[in-house]
Amino acid sequence: MNWITNYVRPRINSIFSRRETPENLWQKCDECGTMLFHRELSDNLNVCTNCGHHMAITPRERFKALFDGGIFGEVKVPEPIADPLHFRDQKRYPDRMKAAQKTTGEKEAMLVATGEIGRTPIVAAAQDFSFMGGSMGMYVGNAIIAAAEEAVKLKRPMVLFSAAGGARMQEGILSLMQMPRTTVAVQMLKEAGLPYIVVLTHPTTGGVTASYAMLGDVHIAEPNALICFAGPRVIEQTIREKLPEGFQRAEYLLDHGMLDRVTPRTEMREELITIVRMLMGLPPAVRGDLPAPTAAAPETPAPAPADKPAAEAKPAK
Amino acid sequence: MTQYLDFEKPLAEIEGKAEELRALARANEEMDVADEAAALDAKAATLLADLYKDLSPWRKCQVARHPERPHCRDYINALFTEYTPLAGDRNFADDLAVMGGLARFNDTPVMVIGHEKGSDTKSRIDHNFGMARPEGYRKAVRLMQMAGRFGLPVITLVDTAGAYPGKGAEERGQSEAIARSTETCLQIPVPLISVIIGEGGSGGAVAFATADRVAMLEHSIYSVISPEGCASILWKDAEKMREAAEALRLTAKDLKTLGICDRIIDEPKGGAHRDKTAAMASVSKAIAEMLKDLEKKKGDVLVKERRQKYLKLGSKGLAA
Repeated sequence: MNWITNYVRPRINSIFSRRETPENLWQKCDECGTMLFHRELSDNLNVCTNCGHHMAITPRERFKALFDGGIFGEVKVPEPIADPLHFRDQKRYPDRMKAAQKTTGEKEAMLVATGEIGRTPIVAAAQDFSFMGGSMGMYVGNAIIAAAEEAVKLKRPMVLFSAAGGARMQEGILSLMQMPRTTVAVQMLKEAGLPYIVVLTHPTTGGVTASYAMLGDVHIAEPNALICFAGPRVIEQTIREKLPEGFQRAEYLLDHGMLDRVTPRTEMREELITIVRMLMGLPPAVRGDLPAPTAAAPETPAPAPADKPAAEAKPAK
Repeated sequence: MTQYLDFEKPLAEIEGKAEELRALARANEEMDVADEAAALDAKAATLLADLYKDLSPWRKCQVARHPERPHCRDYINALFTEYTPLAGDRNFADDLAVMGGLARFNDTPVMVIGHEKGSDTKSRIDHNFGMARPEGYRKAVRLMQMAGRFGLPVITLVDTAGAYPGKGAEERGQSEAIARSTETCLQIPVPLISVIIGEGGSGGAVAFATADRVAMLEHSIYSVISPEGCASILWKDAEKMREAAEALRLTAKDLKTLGICDRIIDEPKGGAHRDKTAAMASVSKAIAEMLKDLEKKKGDVLVKERRQKYLKLGSKGLAA
């Protein structure tokens, strides 16, 4: 041990490994303006600890919090042909893609994973709003089809977290065709008798809302999420009047019968476990820190961490 | 009196002159203008052929939206007999932007459903310019399901700028209604043929055009977003609609290459509105052939093939 290993090496490593330390340890809540410590914020799943405002969360962070022990396997998504229309607006589409890949560190706007929530096996897919507005192009379509096929193959329920501005214009008509394509995916699940739960997060708009996001068995939304087909600005321009407060927000859709529930992100995992287990005909989840429900239940397996549910109890004979 | 599009101005001048000459001749019997008028007519015909030989995507949009272009009602009147409109979504209202009902096509009973834009100020307002509200899609779902139960082929005629961006439409679940309509298209065990007769605008079009066979009239368009909308988002300037129309690849020809359109129906020179009878005849022929192709297939085969068709879509792009 000398100053080279103690001082120089860590310095060099820190330059090359580019550890993800937030540039600023404090983040301001977009809603109430409270300064939030980054660790506290991420522990609370990017929900403001002061006002409960739900900020964006990446699919990867969401899955880490969703799956037992943060463990999940990624499902491979068939790669579509790149830039099928040779689309060019002010920038070339491939350049826009590269920029999005660089800023997000993700390949595309949807992540598909398998894993367990409360020891309940599921397939989950989550859309990434930070990647080109989560827009639905061929990759997203392929991802949803891959997720549904995986769910059917493994006989698992599918949970989908939607977040998108709509179709990806740079793929033109092919992005529009993801509406029927993803609808076929949903039909595969329904025909296999598997639950399809949609969690609508801020924002879910356009062609995404008008296809797979509105075809779930159960629709749950995060509080105050904007959910619509035509956005508020377009409507205001068309009808030339100001829209009421809360128009097209989750609570408003709940009032108008389009959603089953509005659930805070911090309670989402438990709620998904409860719903999915009932739909799959499984016994209630047993929490590790609670005694087994009946004496007839088999002994609790190896002590699970207190904050995680233990293996499900087998039904009493 | 024909309405001319901006790029047809030179044509308007020539045709106007010919018309003037003839009017003069009518007023003054001694004048003989037949030769001159015929020459002008010939010049106009050449110019028309030239203009329409290679229409730019934006010009196609203009033709697709031409106010005199035959609309759903015209096609239904010309191509079908015993048309019996059926109304209402059994839920909230009847949406006049979507018309549909039972009819016979070459004597075969079918269900025909389409967007109607209206043809004068009053009817345009009544039909909401062909922009459906949720009730329109829900009516279509009801009619498609009925057709499915009774084994009637479904023919949809698509001509819409898109879904209606209004407050009520959103309140009553526009997205869900569109999603359900697309889903129904993928479920019904009967032949489903869609003809895009004018504008195929976004979700409003997909809700009807998810079909076994999709045919497009030569100058119709089908797109994820209007060129104006695309321009204002990606170019931040709605005036860049020409560039956007180019980039979006919304013409029948491009869509055929991409595998989204199965068949292009040729239009009379200068567009369907210049010779409606001829346009009707070509559409009728195309529907008859597509129907013949599908009518022998069993319901479950149709559904399976329809789904496969959509799952496979997008495997080919445009050639470089």
